[in-house]
Amino acid sequence: MKKLLLIGTILTGSAFATLAFCSGGGESEYSGSRYSSLDVAPVKNQLYRNECASCHFAYPAGLLPARSWQKLMSGLEDHFGDNAELTPEAHAAILTYLVDNAADTSDYKRSRRIMNALSNDETPLRITDTSYIKRKHNELTDREVRNNPEVGSLSNCVACHTQAEKGSFNENQIKIPGVPKSWGWD
Amino acid sequence: MIKNTLLITGLVMVLQAPVYANETVDNLLLSYQQQGAGEFSIEAGKNLWTKEISHDTAPMTRNCASCHGSVLTDTGKHAKTGKIIKAMSPTVNPKRLTEEEKIEKWLLRNCKWTWGRECSVQEKGDILLFLSTQ
Repeated sequence: MKKLLLIGTILTGSAFATLAFCSGGGESEYSGSRYSSLDVAPVKNQLYRNECASCHFAYPAGLLPARSWQKLMSGLEDHFGDNAELTPEAHAAILTYLVDNAADTSDYKRSRRIMNALSNDETPLRITDTSYIKRKHNELTDREVRNNPEVGSLSNCVACHTQAEKGSFNENQIKIPGVPKSWGWD
Repeated sequence: MIKNTLLITGLVMVLQAPVYANETVDNLLLSYQQQGAGEFSIEAGKNLWTKEISHDTAPMTRNCASCHGSVLTDTGKHAKTGKIIKAMSPTVNPKRLTEEEKIEKWLLRNCKWTWGRECSVQEKGDILLFLSTQ
C-alpha cells in the first residue's frame, strides 16, 4: 500500500511539473507562432527599439498590416506631430523589419484578428484605429484612460497591459493604474 | 581620523568630478567651430534650453524642458506619449553625450520639433556645452 501511495505521489508530482512547464513562461515555448500562447510576436529588433522606443512603446509589427507600416514610414518628419526622422539606412532596415513581421504575414492570434476585422481598402496609421482594437477597448471610460494621469491614451499600451513588452495582452494581466480590478475586463 | 579621511575622500571626489565634457563633446564642439561657430557659452546654452517657441499644434509652446524638464538631474517625460526620458545630466547618467551619432540625431529631430527648424552649429554647441556641465 505504501508503495502504491509513493508511486501515486510521484506520478501526480510529475503531472503537475509537466503542467507547470507547459503553462510557464519559457522563451522557447513562445518561439513558435500558430500554437503560441502569446498574442503577437514580441519585438526582437534592436534597431527598431533604439530608434522608435525612445519615445513610445515599441509597438509590435504584428499589430498593423504591411501597407500601414509603409504609409507610416513614408511620413516620419511629421509622425503624429513629432519629428522622427531616420537616416536612410536605419529607415530601410526598420521598414523591412516592420513589413516582414506585419499583421498580414503573422500567425499570432491577435494579428489574425486585427486582419480579419480590417477591410482591404483600410490603411490605418494608428493601431488604435483598427476596428478590432477599438472593439476590445470600447467599454473603457475617460476616467480610466484619457483623464487617467498614468494612462492618458489608448496608445500607451504598457500603462495597463503589464506584459505588453513580451507580446502578451492577456486580459488577466491587465492592471489599470488607480482603478481597482473589481470587474471583468474583456 | 575618520572625519579627516571623509574630508579627503570628499575633496578627491570633487576634484575628480569633470567640470565639463568628454572626448565626444570636445570633438563635436571642435567640428561645429570648423563649420563656422564661434566661442561657446554655458550661459547661452542655458538660455536656449528654456527659450519658448509658439506652435499651431499642441503643445502650443515648446522648449527643451517640455520633455526633458528644467532640472536636468531629474528624469523627463515625453510631452505626447508620456514615456519617461532618462536624465540629461551626464553626472547622474554617465551614458549621456558619449555617442556622436546619437547626439546629432536627437539635435536634428528635437530642434525641428521644438523650434520648427534645424539648430545652427552655434546653437548646437552652446546647448551641448551647457548640457555637459550639468
